[in-house]
Amino acid sequence: MVNNAATLGRSGVHDFIIIRVAGINLALYAIFLLGFFLTNDVNYLSWKSLFSNLGMQVFTIITLLSLLAHVWIGMWQVLTDYVKPVGLRFILQLALNAAAFSYVIAGLVILWRV
Amino acid sequence: MKKVFSIYRYNPDVDAKPYMKDYTLELEDGSDIMVLDALILLKEQDPTLSFRRSCREGVCGSDGVNMNGKNGLACITPLSHLQGEKIVLRPLPGLPVIRDLIIDMSQFYTQYEKIKPYLINDGKEQPAREHLQSIEERDKLDGLYECILCACCSTACPSFWWNPDKFIGPSGLLHAYRFLIDSRDTATDERLSELDDAFSVFRCHGIMNCVSVCPKGLNPTKAIGHIKSMLLNRAV
Ligand code: SF4
Ligand code: SF4
Ligand code: FES
Repeated sequence: MVNNAATLGRSGVHDFIIIRVAGINLALYAIFLLGFFLTNDVNYLSWKSLFSNLGMQVFTIITLLSLLAHVWIGMWQVLTDYVKPVGLRFILQLALNAAAFSYVIAGLVILWRV
Repeated sequence: MKKVFSIYRYNPDVDAKPYMKDYTLELEDGSDIMVLDALILLKEQDPTLSFRRSCREGVCGSDGVNMNGKNGLACITPLSHLQGEKIVLRPLPGLPVIRDLIIDMSQFYTQYEKIKPYLINDGKEQPAREHLQSIEERDKLDGLYECILCACCSTACPSFWWNPDKFIGPSGLLHAYRFLIDSRDTATDERLSELDDAFSVFRCHGIMNCVSVCPKGLNPTKAIGHIKSMLLNRAV
């Protein structure tokens, strides 16, 4: 058993499930948006009406949270592989998590105003 | 027929750093020998050349080397399988070199020890005579018990290169699964708990280098997939 506190999940399996569920959600959101662009005449009004829909707002927030989880676990895995100095890894991890977290906050603020 | 070899040389007592040295071997035309036989002939030319070997027939696992960039057993790899003007021989990658083609396998064995490579039975259901297995139960061990711990797979695995102290590696995990599905072993749950962290099993990303090099034709990736499923089934 290798102990680790820096990743998101409580165990290896927990990490594994979170990163995959988050990944599936990100893919679904991307496919949905692509479909929207292909089947609609996208302008300010159609875009605004899409995001005024409560379902779409929830879907977007869930996707932003998925992004945060996916970045957190995924980048932690990559960094623990390639960046061996602990201090540097800590700073990089912090910066990446902060960036992902700010996307979530920014997304919430934007959706609030639609 | 001339065969040229470029061999990794390093004797930490004398050399400041490793270097590649060229050797030439004169062979009978149309003949084909194993890489290990070539090494033994080259050792006659240069007695300082060091490598491990024992059984010379692919059963002991001591002569894993990197030949033209691919790990394998020198004793069962014919020269004819190696293309190119020069045959490049290096030690297995990722572990410390003791000398020339000899690596320090301690980290590999430490990972093997971690998975408790022996039957654990709590003795609660003692059979009258011995623990018998049905044919089906025994069949589950096929493709797992044959591993000879040559380390070709683990030293070809990028995840093991980056975290040899934390990731069990393909060979160790193959053995872990061998005991997880053994009908006579009663420690399945404890074994799974030991493996359920972010490194031991889950650092395997299914790159399958291990499968492509195993000289015994085993499939560690498949065994690792089964372990992941067992962990998932337990969690959900
Ligand atoms: S499949 Fe897994 S164990 Fe095998 S080489 Fe790839 S990462 Fe390593
Ligand atoms: S799985 Fe294959 S390559 Fe890996 S140690 Fe066992 S025999 Fe060698
Ligand atoms: S010498 Fe035993 S496996 Fe090659």
